[in-house]
Amino acid sequence: MIPILFVGFAALLVGCSLMVILHRNPVTSALWLVLGFVSLAGLYLLLQAEFLAMVQIIVYAGAIMVLFLFVIMYLNLKRDREEGIGHLMRRTIGWGIGAVLLVEAVLLLRHKWVPGPLAEPGEGVWGNTIAIGRLLYSRYLFPFEITSILLLVAMVGAVLIGRGGVGVKSERPGE
Amino acid sequence: MSQLAALWNHPDFQFVFWALVKIVIIMHAMLGAVSYAIYAERKIAGHMQARTGPNRVGPWGLFQPLADVGKLFLKEEFTPDGANKVIFHIAPALAVIPALVTFSVIPFGPTDPFQITNINVGLLLFLAMSSIAVYAITLGGWSSNNKYALLGGLRSSAQMISYELSMGISTIPILLMSGTMSLVDIVHAQAHGPLPFVPGWYVFTVPGFIAFSIFMITALAETNRAPFDLPEAESELVAGFHTEYSSMKWALFFLGEYAAVFAISSVAIVLFLGGWHGPFLPPNLQFLWFLAKLSALVFFFIWVRWTFPRFRYDQLMHLGWKVLLPISVLNLVATAIWVYVRNNR
Repeated sequence: MIPILFVGFAALLVGCSLMVILHRNPVTSALWLVLGFVSLAGLYLLLQAEFLAMVQIIVYAGAIMVLFLFVIMYLNLKRDREEGIGHLMRRTIGWGIGAVLLVEAVLLLRHKWVPGPLAEPGEGVWGNTIAIGRLLYSRYLFPFEITSILLLVAMVGAVLIGRGGVGVKSERPGE
Repeated sequence: MSQLAALWNHPDFQFVFWALVKIVIIMHAMLGAVSYAIYAERKIAGHMQARTGPNRVGPWGLFQPLADVGKLFLKEEFTPDGANKVIFHIAPALAVIPALVTFSVIPFGPTDPFQITNINVGLLLFLAMSSIAVYAITLGGWSSNNKYALLGGLRSSAQMISYELSMGISTIPILLMSGTMSLVDIVHAQAHGPLPFVPGWYVFTVPGFIAFSIFMITALAETNRAPFDLPEAESELVAGFHTEYSSMKWALFFLGEYAAVFAISSVAIVLFLGGWHGPFLPPNLQFLWFLAKLSALVFFFIWVRWTFPRFRYDQLMHLGWKVLLPISVLNLVATAIWVYVRNNR
Protein backbone atom coordinates (compact mmCIF):
# COMPACT_ATOMS: atom_id res chain seq x y z
CA MET A 1 0.00 0.00 0.00
CA ILE A 2 2.72 2.47 0.99
CA PRO A 3 4.78 2.05 -2.23
CA ILE A 4 1.65 2.76 -4.29
CA LEU A 5 0.93 5.91 -2.27
CA PHE A 6 4.56 6.98 -2.54
CA VAL A 7 4.56 6.64 -6.32
CA GLY A 8 1.27 8.51 -6.49
CA PHE A 9 2.40 11.44 -4.35
CA ALA A 10 5.85 11.57 -5.97
CA ALA A 11 4.37 11.60 -9.47
CA LEU A 12 1.91 14.30 -8.42
CA LEU A 13 4.76 16.36 -6.95
CA VAL A 14 6.91 16.09 -10.09
CA GLY A 15 3.95 16.81 -12.33
CA CYS A 16 2.92 19.87 -10.33
CA SER A 17 6.46 21.21 -10.24
CA LEU A 18 6.69 20.87 -14.02
CA MET A 19 3.37 22.69 -14.42
CA VAL A 20 4.64 25.51 -12.19
CA ILE A 21 7.45 26.35 -14.60
CA LEU A 22 5.66 25.43 -17.83
CA HIS A 23 2.45 27.39 -17.32
CA ARG A 24 2.34 30.94 -18.65
CA ASN A 25 -0.30 32.36 -16.30
CA PRO A 26 1.31 33.32 -12.94
CA VAL A 27 -1.85 32.63 -10.90
CA THR A 28 -2.19 29.14 -12.34
CA SER A 29 1.51 28.50 -11.71
CA ALA A 30 1.05 29.52 -8.07
CA LEU A 31 -1.91 27.14 -7.75
CA TRP A 32 0.13 24.25 -9.15
CA LEU A 33 2.77 25.10 -6.56
CA VAL A 34 0.12 24.85 -3.82
CA LEU A 35 -0.87 21.40 -5.07
CA GLY A 36 2.85 20.51 -5.11
CA PHE A 37 3.17 21.55 -1.46
CA VAL A 38 0.18 19.42 -0.52
CA SER A 39 1.60 16.35 -2.26
CA LEU A 40 4.89 16.98 -0.46
CA ALA A 41 2.90 16.93 2.79
CA GLY A 42 1.58 13.54 1.69
CA LEU A 43 5.15 12.31 1.30
CA TYR A 44 5.96 13.54 4.81
CA LEU A 45 2.96 11.60 6.12
CA LEU A 46 4.32 8.42 4.52
CA LEU A 47 7.57 9.04 6.42
CA GLN A 48 5.49 9.26 9.62
CA ALA A 49 6.35 12.92 10.03
CA GLU A 50 2.76 14.00 10.63
CA PHE A 51 3.70 17.23 12.42
CA LEU A 52 5.89 18.31 9.53
CA ALA A 53 3.13 17.43 7.05
CA MET A 54 0.54 19.59 8.79
CA VAL A 55 2.95 22.49 9.31
CA GLN A 56 3.85 22.25 5.62
CA ILE A 57 0.21 22.80 4.70
CA ILE A 58 -0.40 25.53 7.30
CA VAL A 59 2.75 27.54 6.59
CA TYR A 60 3.44 27.03 2.90
CA ALA A 61 0.07 26.27 1.33
CA GLY A 62 -2.01 28.30 3.77
CA ALA A 63 0.06 31.39 4.49
CA ILE A 64 2.97 31.94 2.12
CA MET A 65 1.19 30.99 -1.08
CA VAL A 66 -1.86 33.06 -0.17
CA LEU A 67 0.44 36.08 0.17
CA PHE A 68 2.01 35.18 -3.18
CA LEU A 69 -1.41 35.03 -4.82
CA PHE A 70 -2.35 38.28 -3.11
CA VAL A 71 0.66 40.02 -4.63
CA ILE A 72 0.14 38.50 -8.09
CA MET A 73 -3.51 39.53 -8.15
CA TYR A 74 -2.76 42.97 -6.77
CA LEU A 75 -0.12 43.67 -9.40
CA ASN A 76 -2.52 42.21 -11.97
CA LEU A 77 0.20 40.30 -13.86
CA LYS A 78 -1.44 38.78 -16.87
CA ARG A 79 1.37 36.96 -18.64
CA ASP A 80 5.13 36.82 -18.79
CA ARG A 81 6.51 39.13 -21.42
CA GLU A 82 8.57 37.17 -23.86
CA GLU A 83 10.95 39.69 -25.40
CA GLY A 84 13.84 42.03 -24.57
CA ILE A 85 17.38 41.70 -23.31
CA GLY A 86 16.19 40.79 -19.79
CA HIS A 87 14.45 37.71 -21.15
CA LEU A 88 17.56 36.61 -23.05
CA MET A 89 19.73 37.05 -19.95
CA ARG A 90 17.30 35.13 -17.76
CA ARG A 91 17.24 32.32 -20.28
CA THR A 92 21.06 32.14 -20.40
CA ILE A 93 21.38 32.12 -16.61
CA GLY A 94 18.66 29.49 -16.35
CA TRP A 95 20.35 27.15 -18.82
CA GLY A 96 23.71 27.72 -17.07
CA ILE A 97 22.36 26.82 -13.60
CA GLY A 98 20.48 23.86 -15.07
CA ALA A 99 23.66 22.49 -16.67
CA VAL A 100 25.63 22.86 -13.42
CA LEU A 101 22.88 21.05 -11.46
CA LEU A 102 22.74 18.27 -14.06
CA VAL A 103 26.51 17.69 -13.86
CA GLU A 104 26.33 17.72 -10.07
CA ALA A 105 23.49 15.20 -10.06
CA VAL A 106 25.37 12.86 -12.42
CA LEU A 107 28.51 13.07 -10.26
CA LEU A 108 26.53 12.39 -7.08
CA LEU A 109 24.52 9.52 -8.53
CA ARG A 110 27.71 7.68 -9.58
CA HIS A 111 28.26 6.85 -5.92
CA LYS A 112 26.44 3.90 -4.45
CA TRP A 113 24.13 5.16 -1.74
CA VAL A 114 23.33 3.10 1.34
CA PRO A 115 20.36 4.28 3.40
CA GLY A 116 21.48 5.11 6.92
CA PRO A 117 19.99 3.43 9.98
CA LEU A 118 16.50 4.68 10.79
CA ALA A 119 16.03 6.60 14.02
CA GLU A 120 14.54 4.50 16.79
CA PRO A 121 10.94 5.43 17.62
CA GLY A 122 10.67 7.08 21.02
CA GLU A 123 9.70 4.97 24.00
CA GLY A 124 5.97 5.14 24.72
CA VAL A 125 5.64 8.34 22.72
CA TRP A 126 2.64 8.51 20.42
CA GLY A 127 3.84 10.36 17.35
CA ASN A 128 6.90 12.51 16.94
CA THR A 129 5.62 15.99 17.77
CA ILE A 130 7.04 15.80 21.29
CA ALA A 131 10.37 14.52 19.95
CA ILE A 132 10.61 17.45 17.50
CA GLY A 133 9.83 19.90 20.30
CA ARG A 134 12.49 18.45 22.57
CA LEU A 135 15.13 18.53 19.83
CA LEU A 136 14.27 22.09 18.81
CA TYR A 137 14.60 23.37 22.36
CA SER A 138 17.74 21.46 23.31
CA ARG A 139 20.11 20.42 20.54
CA TYR A 140 18.96 22.92 17.92
CA LEU A 141 18.21 25.77 20.33
CA PHE A 142 20.82 28.12 18.87
CA PRO A 143 19.72 27.88 15.20
CA PHE A 144 16.13 28.10 16.38
CA GLU A 145 16.73 31.34 18.28
CA ILE A 146 18.82 32.81 15.46
CA THR A 147 15.97 32.13 13.05
CA SER A 148 13.47 33.82 15.35
CA ILE A 149 15.71 36.91 15.63
CA LEU A 150 16.06 36.98 11.85
CA LEU A 151 12.28 36.90 11.50
CA LEU A 152 11.90 39.62 14.13
CA VAL A 153 14.34 41.86 12.26
CA ALA A 154 12.43 41.24 9.03
CA MET A 155 9.18 42.12 10.81
CA VAL A 156 10.58 45.37 12.22
CA GLY A 157 11.90 46.26 8.76
CA ALA A 158 8.51 45.56 7.18
CA VAL A 159 6.75 47.76 9.74
CA LEU A 160 9.27 50.53 9.12
CA ILE A 161 8.82 50.36 5.34
CA GLY A 162 5.06 50.18 5.76
CA ARG A 163 5.07 53.39 7.79
CA GLY A 164 7.14 55.14 5.13
CA GLY A 165 10.43 55.68 6.96
CA VAL A 166 11.62 56.92 10.35
CA GLY A 167 9.73 59.75 11.99
CA VAL A 168 6.68 59.61 9.74
CA LYS A 169 3.43 59.90 11.63
CA SER A 170 1.10 57.16 10.49
CA GLU A 171 -2.34 58.23 9.39
CA ARG A 172 -5.31 56.09 10.18
CA PRO A 173 -7.82 56.04 7.36
CA GLY A 174 -11.34 57.07 8.13
CA GLU A 175 -10.42 59.70 10.71
CA MET B 1 -14.92 -17.19 -1.36
CA SER B 2 -12.49 -17.73 1.52
CA GLN B 3 -10.20 -15.09 0.00
CA LEU B 4 -13.08 -12.64 0.06
CA ALA B 5 -13.74 -13.49 3.69
CA ALA B 6 -10.06 -12.99 4.49
CA LEU B 7 -10.12 -9.61 2.79
CA TRP B 8 -13.28 -8.68 4.69
CA ASN B 9 -11.70 -9.62 8.02
CA HIS B 10 -8.44 -7.81 7.32
CA PRO B 11 -8.10 -4.98 9.88
CA ASP B 12 -7.03 -2.42 7.27
CA PHE B 13 -10.03 -3.23 5.13
CA GLN B 14 -12.36 -3.09 8.11
CA PHE B 15 -10.96 0.32 9.10
CA VAL B 16 -11.30 1.78 5.62
CA PHE B 17 -14.80 0.33 5.14
CA TRP B 18 -16.22 1.62 8.42
CA ALA B 19 -14.47 4.99 7.99
CA LEU B 20 -16.17 5.33 4.60
CA VAL B 21 -19.54 4.43 6.11
CA LYS B 22 -19.11 7.05 8.83
CA ILE B 23 -17.94 9.65 6.31
CA VAL B 24 -21.02 9.09 4.14
CA ILE B 25 -23.35 9.33 7.15
CA ILE B 26 -21.71 12.46 8.59
CA MET B 27 -21.50 14.15 5.21
CA HIS B 28 -25.20 13.69 4.51
CA ALA B 29 -26.17 14.60 8.06
CA MET B 30 -24.11 17.75 7.65
CA LEU B 31 -25.65 18.69 4.31
CA GLY B 32 -29.12 18.24 5.80
CA ALA B 33 -28.16 20.21 8.88
CA VAL B 34 -26.76 23.00 6.73
CA SER B 35 -29.95 23.40 4.71
CA TYR B 36 -31.98 23.56 7.91
CA ALA B 37 -29.45 25.99 9.43
CA ILE B 38 -30.34 28.33 6.58
CA TYR B 39 -34.02 27.88 7.46
CA ALA B 40 -33.16 28.54 11.12
CA GLU B 41 -31.22 31.64 10.15
CA ARG B 42 -34.16 33.04 8.19
CA LYS B 43 -36.64 32.21 10.96
CA ILE B 44 -34.47 33.70 13.72
CA ALA B 45 -33.66 36.77 11.62
CA GLY B 46 -37.37 37.19 10.98
CA HIS B 47 -38.30 37.07 14.64
CA MET B 48 -35.43 39.39 15.58
CA GLN B 49 -36.83 41.92 13.11
CA ALA B 50 -40.46 41.41 14.22
CA ARG B 51 -41.38 39.37 11.11
CA THR B 52 -42.31 35.69 10.92
CA GLY B 53 -39.75 34.49 8.38
CA PRO B 54 -40.55 31.77 5.81
CA ASN B 55 -43.94 30.17 6.60
CA ARG B 56 -45.57 29.31 3.26
CA VAL B 57 -43.99 26.00 2.16
CA GLY B 58 -45.20 23.17 4.38
CA PRO B 59 -46.10 23.48 8.08
CA TRP B 60 -44.26 26.48 9.63
CA GLY B 61 -42.37 26.76 6.35
CA LEU B 62 -40.46 23.57 7.13
CA PHE B 63 -40.12 22.54 3.47
CA GLN B 64 -38.62 25.89 2.50
CA PRO B 65 -35.02 24.47 2.19
CA LEU B 66 -36.25 21.83 -0.29
CA ALA B 67 -37.99 24.49 -2.35
CA ASP B 68 -34.86 26.66 -2.26
CA VAL B 69 -32.61 23.83 -3.42
CA GLY B 70 -35.05 22.91 -6.18
CA LYS B 71 -35.11 26.51 -7.35
CA LEU B 72 -31.30 26.74 -7.30
CA PHE B 73 -30.97 23.58 -9.39
CA LEU B 74 -33.24 25.01 -12.06
CA LYS B 75 -31.47 28.38 -12.31
CA GLU B 76 -29.22 29.21 -15.23
CA GLU B 77 -25.53 28.45 -14.87
CA PHE B 78 -23.78 31.60 -15.94
CA THR B 79 -20.06 32.06 -16.63
CA PRO B 80 -18.77 35.55 -17.40
CA ASP B 81 -17.04 36.05 -20.73
CA GLY B 82 -13.59 37.08 -19.47
CA ALA B 83 -13.51 34.62 -16.58
CA ASN B 84 -10.74 32.12 -16.06
CA LYS B 85 -13.03 29.14 -16.72
CA VAL B 86 -11.18 26.37 -14.89
CA ILE B 87 -10.53 28.31 -11.68
CA PHE B 88 -14.04 29.76 -11.82
CA HIS B 89 -15.41 26.20 -11.64
CA ILE B 90 -12.94 24.92 -9.03
CA ALA B 91 -13.45 27.73 -6.50
CA PRO B 92 -16.96 26.75 -5.28
CA ALA B 93 -15.82 23.17 -4.65
CA LEU B 94 -12.87 24.49 -2.66
CA ALA B 95 -15.33 26.36 -0.47
CA VAL B 96 -16.99 23.15 0.72
CA ILE B 97 -14.15 20.62 0.89
CA PRO B 98 -12.02 22.07 3.76
CA ALA B 99 -15.02 22.34 6.09
CA LEU B 100 -16.05 18.75 5.35
CA VAL B 101 -12.49 17.46 5.85
CA THR B 102 -12.40 19.07 9.29
CA PHE B 103 -15.22 16.76 10.40
CA SER B 104 -12.95 13.74 9.91
CA VAL B 105 -11.15 14.54 13.18
CA ILE B 106 -14.11 15.73 15.27
CA PRO B 107 -15.10 13.24 18.00
CA PHE B 108 -18.88 13.39 18.36
CA GLY B 109 -19.03 10.84 21.18
CA PRO B 110 -16.81 8.77 23.47
CA THR B 111 -17.23 5.46 21.67
CA ASP B 112 -15.77 4.32 18.37
CA PRO B 113 -18.85 4.73 16.15
CA PHE B 114 -18.88 8.47 16.85
CA GLN B 115 -15.27 9.13 15.83
CA ILE B 116 -14.08 8.79 12.24
CA THR B 117 -10.38 8.96 13.08
CA ASN B 118 -8.27 9.85 16.06
CA ILE B 119 -4.99 11.23 14.76
CA ASN B 120 -2.35 12.80 16.97
CA VAL B 121 -2.27 16.08 15.01
CA GLY B 122 -6.04 16.59 14.83
CA LEU B 123 -5.85 20.21 15.93
CA LEU B 124 -3.21 20.99 13.30
CA LEU B 125 -5.40 19.39 10.65
CA PHE B 126 -8.20 21.78 11.61
CA LEU B 127 -5.83 24.78 11.41
CA ALA B 128 -4.49 23.56 8.05
CA MET B 129 -7.99 23.21 6.64
CA SER B 130 -9.04 26.65 7.85
CA SER B 131 -5.96 28.13 6.19
CA ILE B 132 -6.78 26.32 2.93
CA ALA B 133 -10.30 27.74 3.02
CA VAL B 134 -8.97 31.17 2.00
CA TYR B 135 -8.41 29.96 -1.55
CA ALA B 136 -12.08 29.49 -2.39
CA ILE B 137 -13.03 33.12 -1.88
CA THR B 138 -9.77 34.59 -3.18
CA LEU B 139 -9.84 32.51 -6.37
CA GLY B 140 -13.58 32.87 -6.85
CA GLY B 141 -13.22 36.63 -6.65
CA TRP B 142 -10.22 36.78 -8.93
CA SER B 143 -11.39 34.38 -11.64
CA SER B 144 -14.75 36.15 -12.10
CA ASN B 145 -13.02 39.01 -13.94
CA ASN B 146 -15.14 41.53 -12.06
CA LYS B 147 -13.77 44.45 -10.06
CA TYR B 148 -16.17 44.07 -7.15
CA ALA B 149 -15.48 40.36 -6.95
CA LEU B 150 -11.72 40.96 -7.04
CA LEU B 151 -11.98 43.50 -4.23
CA GLY B 152 -14.00 41.03 -2.20
CA GLY B 153 -11.41 38.32 -2.79
CA LEU B 154 -8.53 40.58 -1.81
CA ARG B 155 -10.33 41.67 1.35
CA SER B 156 -10.99 38.09 2.24
CA SER B 157 -7.39 36.95 1.89
CA ALA B 158 -6.13 39.87 3.98
CA GLN B 159 -8.80 39.30 6.62
CA MET B 160 -8.42 35.55 6.90
CA ILE B 161 -4.61 35.65 7.11
CA SER B 162 -4.81 38.29 9.85
CA TYR B 163 -7.32 36.40 11.97
CA GLU B 164 -5.81 32.95 11.40
CA LEU B 165 -2.82 34.01 13.48
CA SER B 166 -4.85 34.93 16.53
CA MET B 167 -6.96 31.81 16.10
CA GLY B 168 -3.93 29.54 15.97
CA ILE B 169 -2.31 31.19 18.98
CA SER B 170 -5.54 31.12 20.99
CA THR B 171 -5.63 27.31 20.70
CA ILE B 172 -2.09 26.81 22.05
CA PRO B 173 -3.04 27.34 25.75
CA ILE B 174 -5.35 24.33 25.38
CA LEU B 175 -2.40 22.27 24.08
CA LEU B 176 -0.34 23.40 27.07
CA MET B 177 -3.05 22.45 29.56
CA SER B 178 -3.98 19.12 28.00
CA GLY B 179 -0.53 18.15 26.70
CA THR B 180 -1.84 16.62 23.48
CA MET B 181 -2.92 17.61 19.97
CA SER B 182 -5.38 14.77 19.49
CA LEU B 183 -8.90 16.15 19.71
CA VAL B 184 -10.16 12.95 21.38
CA ASP B 185 -7.54 13.21 24.14
CA ILE B 186 -8.29 16.92 24.61
CA VAL B 187 -11.91 16.00 25.32
CA HIS B 188 -10.83 13.20 27.69
CA ALA B 189 -8.65 15.73 29.55
CA GLN B 190 -11.77 17.79 30.32
CA ALA B 191 -13.65 14.93 32.01
CA HIS B 192 -13.21 16.00 35.61
CA GLY B 193 -13.02 19.45 37.12
CA PRO B 194 -11.14 20.45 40.27
CA LEU B 195 -14.43 20.84 42.18
CA PRO B 196 -17.59 18.70 42.09
CA PHE B 197 -20.52 20.35 40.25
CA VAL B 198 -18.03 22.32 38.11
CA PRO B 199 -17.23 20.50 34.83
CA GLY B 200 -13.57 20.36 33.83
CA TRP B 201 -14.26 22.25 30.59
CA TYR B 202 -11.42 24.54 29.65
CA VAL B 203 -13.79 27.48 29.26
CA PHE B 204 -14.08 27.48 33.07
CA THR B 205 -10.35 28.14 33.53
CA VAL B 206 -9.10 31.73 33.26
CA PRO B 207 -6.73 31.22 30.27
CA GLY B 208 -9.30 28.93 28.68
CA PHE B 209 -11.99 31.59 28.94
CA ILE B 210 -9.78 34.27 27.36
CA ALA B 211 -8.75 31.84 24.62
CA PHE B 212 -12.41 30.90 24.04
CA SER B 213 -13.42 34.55 23.63
CA ILE B 214 -10.64 35.15 21.11
CA PHE B 215 -11.41 31.90 19.31
CA MET B 216 -15.08 32.77 18.86
CA ILE B 217 -14.30 36.29 17.56
CA THR B 218 -11.75 34.95 15.09
CA ALA B 219 -14.18 32.16 14.14
CA LEU B 220 -16.69 34.81 13.05
CA ALA B 221 -13.97 36.41 10.91
CA GLU B 222 -12.72 33.09 9.47
CA THR B 223 -16.19 32.09 8.33
CA ASN B 224 -16.85 35.58 6.88
CA ARG B 225 -19.95 36.00 9.01
CA ALA B 226 -21.22 39.42 10.06
CA PRO B 227 -19.84 41.63 11.59
CA PHE B 228 -16.80 40.47 9.59
CA ASP B 229 -18.53 39.88 6.23
CA LEU B 230 -16.49 42.48 4.36
CA PRO B 231 -15.68 40.13 1.43
CA GLU B 232 -19.37 40.20 0.47
CA ALA B 233 -20.33 43.63 1.81
CA GLU B 234 -23.42 44.21 -0.34
CA SER B 235 -23.65 47.95 0.30
CA GLU B 236 -20.13 48.53 -1.08
CA LEU B 237 -19.26 45.60 -3.37
CA VAL B 238 -22.63 44.52 -4.89
CA ALA B 239 -22.21 40.96 -3.59
CA GLY B 240 -18.44 40.79 -3.21
CA PHE B 241 -16.60 37.67 -4.25
CA HIS B 242 -19.70 35.81 -5.48
CA THR B 243 -21.10 38.63 -7.61
CA GLU B 244 -20.74 36.59 -10.83
CA TYR B 245 -21.81 33.24 -9.43
CA SER B 246 -25.25 31.78 -10.00
CA SER B 247 -27.22 28.57 -9.59
CA MET B 248 -25.55 25.66 -7.78
CA LYS B 249 -22.08 27.24 -7.89
CA TRP B 250 -23.42 30.09 -5.80
CA ALA B 251 -25.20 27.56 -3.57
CA LEU B 252 -21.89 25.78 -2.96
CA PHE B 253 -20.38 29.00 -1.59
CA PHE B 254 -23.39 29.33 0.69
CA LEU B 255 -23.11 25.70 1.71
CA GLY B 256 -19.40 26.13 2.38
CA GLU B 257 -20.05 29.08 4.68
CA TYR B 258 -22.53 27.15 6.81
CA ALA B 259 -20.44 23.97 6.79
CA ALA B 260 -17.51 26.08 8.03
CA VAL B 261 -19.72 27.48 10.80
CA PHE B 262 -20.61 23.93 11.86
CA ALA B 263 -17.00 22.76 11.65
CA ILE B 264 -15.55 25.67 13.61
CA SER B 265 -18.30 25.38 16.24
CA SER B 266 -17.51 21.68 16.62
CA VAL B 267 -13.84 22.48 17.15
CA ALA B 268 -14.74 25.15 19.73
CA ILE B 269 -16.85 22.57 21.57
CA VAL B 270 -14.03 20.04 21.53
CA LEU B 271 -11.39 22.52 22.68
CA PHE B 272 -13.28 24.61 25.21
CA LEU B 273 -16.74 23.23 26.00
CA GLY B 274 -15.90 19.68 27.03
CA GLY B 275 -16.85 17.91 23.79
CA TRP B 276 -19.41 15.20 24.45
CA HIS B 277 -19.22 15.53 28.27
CA GLY B 278 -22.44 16.19 30.11
CA PRO B 279 -24.47 14.67 32.92
CA PHE B 280 -27.23 12.01 32.92
CA LEU B 281 -26.56 10.25 29.61
CA PRO B 282 -24.94 6.83 29.00
CA PRO B 283 -21.81 6.83 26.76
CA ASN B 284 -23.68 5.80 23.64
CA LEU B 285 -26.06 8.74 23.92
CA GLN B 286 -23.55 11.39 24.93
CA PHE B 287 -23.33 12.62 21.37
CA LEU B 288 -26.68 14.28 22.15
CA TRP B 289 -24.80 16.66 24.44
CA PHE B 290 -22.45 17.41 21.58
CA LEU B 291 -25.40 18.16 19.30
CA ALA B 292 -27.00 20.38 21.96
CA LYS B 293 -23.82 22.42 22.35
CA LEU B 294 -23.44 22.57 18.56
CA SER B 295 -26.97 23.96 18.19
CA ALA B 296 -26.27 26.55 20.87
CA LEU B 297 -23.08 27.74 19.16
CA VAL B 298 -24.70 27.87 15.70
CA PHE B 299 -27.50 29.92 17.26
CA PHE B 300 -24.79 32.21 18.66
CA PHE B 301 -23.39 32.72 15.14
CA ILE B 302 -26.85 33.63 13.81
CA TRP B 303 -27.60 35.86 16.81
CA VAL B 304 -24.38 37.84 16.31
CA ARG B 305 -25.08 38.30 12.62
CA TRP B 306 -28.44 39.97 13.19
CA THR B 307 -27.22 42.06 16.12
CA PHE B 308 -24.01 43.82 15.10
CA PRO B 309 -23.32 46.13 12.14
CA ARG B 310 -20.42 45.45 9.80
CA PHE B 311 -16.92 46.66 10.69
CA ARG B 312 -15.10 49.26 8.66
CA TYR B 313 -11.98 47.86 6.99
CA ASP B 314 -9.42 49.72 9.14
CA GLN B 315 -11.34 48.79 12.29
CA LEU B 316 -11.16 45.16 11.24
CA MET B 317 -7.38 45.28 10.81
CA HIS B 318 -6.97 47.27 14.04
CA LEU B 319 -8.95 44.68 16.00
CA GLY B 320 -7.09 41.75 14.49
CA TRP B 321 -3.52 42.96 14.79
CA LYS B 322 -3.51 45.41 17.68
CA VAL B 323 -6.07 43.88 20.04
CA LEU B 324 -6.61 40.17 19.49
CA LEU B 325 -3.04 39.20 18.61
CA PRO B 326 -1.36 40.83 21.67
CA ILE B 327 -4.03 39.46 24.01
CA SER B 328 -3.66 35.94 22.66
CA VAL B 329 0.16 36.08 22.89
CA LEU B 330 0.00 37.38 26.48
CA ASN B 331 -2.54 34.69 27.31
CA LEU B 332 -0.18 32.08 25.85
CA VAL B 333 2.78 33.30 27.93
CA ALA B 334 0.68 33.46 31.12
CA THR B 335 -0.65 29.94 30.52
CA ALA B 336 2.86 28.62 29.91
CA ILE B 337 4.06 30.07 33.24
CA TRP B 338 0.98 28.75 35.06
CA VAL B 339 1.37 25.23 33.64
CA TYR B 340 5.10 25.26 34.45
CA VAL B 341 4.47 26.30 38.06
CA ARG B 342 1.66 23.75 38.44
CA ASN B 343 3.82 20.91 37.12
CA ASN B 344 6.90 21.79 39.19
CA ARG B 345 5.28 22.48 42.52
